Amino acid sequence: MTTEILIAGFGGQGILFAGKFLANKGLFEGRSLSWLPSYGPEMRGGTANCSVVLSDEPIGSPIVTNPDVLVVMNLPSLDKYENAVKPGGTIFVDSSLIKREVKREDVTAYYIPATRLANENNMPTLANMIMIGKVIKECGVVSTDGMEEAVNKIVSARHQNLKEINLKALKIGEEY
Amino acid sequence: MSKVLMKGNEAIAESAIRSGCRHYFGYPITPQTELAAYMAKRMPKINGTFLQAESEIAAINMVYGVAGTGKRVMTSSSSPGISLKQEGISYIAGSDLPCLIVNVQRGGPGLGGIQPSQSDYFQATKGGGHGDYHLIVLAPSSVQEMADLTALGFDLADKYLMPAMLLADGTIGQMMEPVELGEEKAVSTEKKPWAVTGTEMKRKHNIVNSLYLAPDELEKKNFERYEKYKTVEENEARYESFMMEDAEYCVVAFGIAARVSKNAVVAARKEGIKVGLIRPITLWPFPKKAIAEAAGKVKGMLSVELSTGQMIEDIKLAANCAVPVELCCRVGGMIMSPDEVLNSIKKLVGGAGK
Amino acid sequence: MIVFDKPKSLTDAELHYCPGCTHGIIHRLVAEAIDNLGIEGKAIGVAPVGCAVMAYNYFACDMVEAAHGRAPAVATGIKRSLPDNIVFTYQGDGDLASIGMAETVHAATRNENITVIFVNNAIYGMTGGQMAPTSLPGQITQTSPYGRDVKTAGYPVKIAELLSALDGPEFIARVAVNNVKNVNTAKRTIQKAFENQINNKGFSLVEVISSCPTNWGMTPSDALKWIDDNMIPYYPLGVFKDKSAKEETK
Repeated sequence: MTTEILIAGFGGQGILFAGKFLANKGLFEGRSLSWLPSYGPEMRGGTANCSVVLSDEPIGSPIVTNPDVLVVMNLPSLDKYENAVKPGGTIFVDSSLIKREVKREDVTAYYIPATRLANENNMPTLANMIMIGKVIKECGVVSTDGMEEAVNKIVSARHQNLKEINLKALKIGEEY
Repeated sequence: MSKVLMKGNEAIAESAIRSGCRHYFGYPITPQTELAAYMAKRMPKINGTFLQAESEIAAINMVYGVAGTGKRVMTSSSSPGISLKQEGISYIAGSDLPCLIVNVQRGGPGLGGIQPSQSDYFQATKGGGHGDYHLIVLAPSSVQEMADLTALGFDLADKYLMPAMLLADGTIGQMMEPVELGEEKAVSTEKKPWAVTGTEMKRKHNIVNSLYLAPDELEKKNFERYEKYKTVEENEARYESFMMEDAEYCVVAFGIAARVSKNAVVAARKEGIKVGLIRPITLWPFPKKAIAEAAGKVKGMLSVELSTGQMIEDIKLAANCAVPVELCCRVGGMIMSPDEVLNSIKKLVGGAGK
Repeated sequence: MIVFDKPKSLTDAELHYCPGCTHGIIHRLVAEAIDNLGIEGKAIGVAPVGCAVMAYNYFACDMVEAAHGRAPAVATGIKRSLPDNIVFTYQGDGDLASIGMAETVHAATRNENITVIFVNNAIYGMTGGQMAPTSLPGQITQTSPYGRDVKTAGYPVKIAELLSALDGPEFIARVAVNNVKNVNTAKRTIQKAFENQINNKGFSLVEVISSCPTNWGMTPSDALKWIDDNMIPYYPLGVFKDKSAKEETK
């Protein structure tokens, strides 16, 4: 099975980081995967998106044009990518930042007030991981086992103190 | 050996180090910056050279200097920077020296853009700088190949005493995939008989040079080099063949375009179209025989590339008018979707059937 | 008794330079320095594009022929690869001060441990006498037939002064080879520029004011006099920067 995931939002929301977590989780599970960031002159504040493909077979194109799973963390991204989602696909919306609902009826939509939850839990930069927690729970794109290992891998050596809080953010998303 | 997750640009750098390369010269340009950053971090720790040169021109000439001493050396850049390097590349080719040049292509011409492209195909495969010469041109289409072809590039450059180019693109450079890195090779201490290393008063002086003012001498040099190129063409053409066994149509694509095309081929097969893919891994030497052989079997061919049609010329030459060859392209940093390729395949099937 | 002998560091090849050209003297001074310091077996030279393009045939050490202006970059590569060897470039004014200005300035500012011999004769010799970056104001050349007009062609580049303004380089000096006294100073200065490299002190450049009778349209002896009358007043001789000497006097 192949799952094509597109994560989109503003630069600085940890869009690429969220993708990296999924990619590393996939690596630990021995799956085929690719992670492809948008890149551009805006380092912060511009739009950012990242394509993650997880598969049990070798991956063809790493560019996700029609995602199975769309994760959006701002309105422009929902406007831009809503119609690209495959029929039967799933859209995850950060409802504290996006004040409209998904218009399409042939997809499943989940609304998570991730940014609000992050603020309430003293983890204002981890709305991305709350979203990912929810994605993993609802779509099973990766297993919920061994989350710690994958978090360890993406949290850099000098930020080891952030491991616990990342795991907590994933948990909040899973349980929402 | 276990796999690690790496960006394509980083995989090139790590593979170069493992291939015994200890000298890197570059100049910042998007989208290859991770490669230089990786080298800046690693080289000082392993007694190697990382030098951010004042320009791409200086960087390639530093490469020329190290290559003349017989050691493994590389530079990397992206399209506009590679244009600047052409002078030095021509000198290196004209002096019969090995080195590795990485081009993580972006859209052009001019300053162009920073998104992925394959529009330096002509420049890479037909010479690029002035004079009669070729580079060995390798076209990775995955992060794994970024690593593998880097190692191969160094080996082939050393074997044939000519520069090799890794012709990648922004997508493969920026993406992460699991990669299995090769064993670390010891840095070669072998003294090359042609290299400038100091005579130690034991031999006549060596001269690294591309100047031959006598035309008959220069002609002889060029012919000798072309004899070598023939050997390379004979022995080193590489390609991947995908679903070609019973194919009635053949897609030809390299790099990221080949990845997209693979999806399209799979989708076409599901619709009952017997189509396959030939993916050149070496662009020079171009896998002419494989293309000619396919042209003898199929009804039509489709070149899928991120340029307005550059590789298609080589396909047509190899196919020798045996079948129609059509083009599916996006340029300027745009990448075709698998659906676009699929539609082009269907058009080819419709057209060829008429 | 041998009163005159060829330095070991020169080959037996016959020089192609025009009669009266001072390249021959400068070649000899470089070769003598290499001989005196016993570094012929370790020396690697980089030849320019210009009149000295075939210097690789004349110096007996290993040689590389560089693209126009790129010799300092090529020398950088060689020196980084072989830090124990002695690497020098031999460049003219068009090569070093025009097309290769970036390579020159940056090798200097990195204090790259190489020796640069810069031959300034205020003209492009090999291509037939065009205006050089160092041609004097009013100097008539093929491409400044009415004399160098500073309003349109700008002013000459004073390399020694320019480079000595940088923090990087170790040693910058200007010498001339138009009379015996000046040749003797040039010899000592060139040797020092090599000694600096042996002692790992860094970038050492010697600008050598040279003549070009052919393209200046003069007899060799008039050309030497022209150096005294016109070149040296514009390009004063002397040591412009010597970091180690400065430290010693502190």
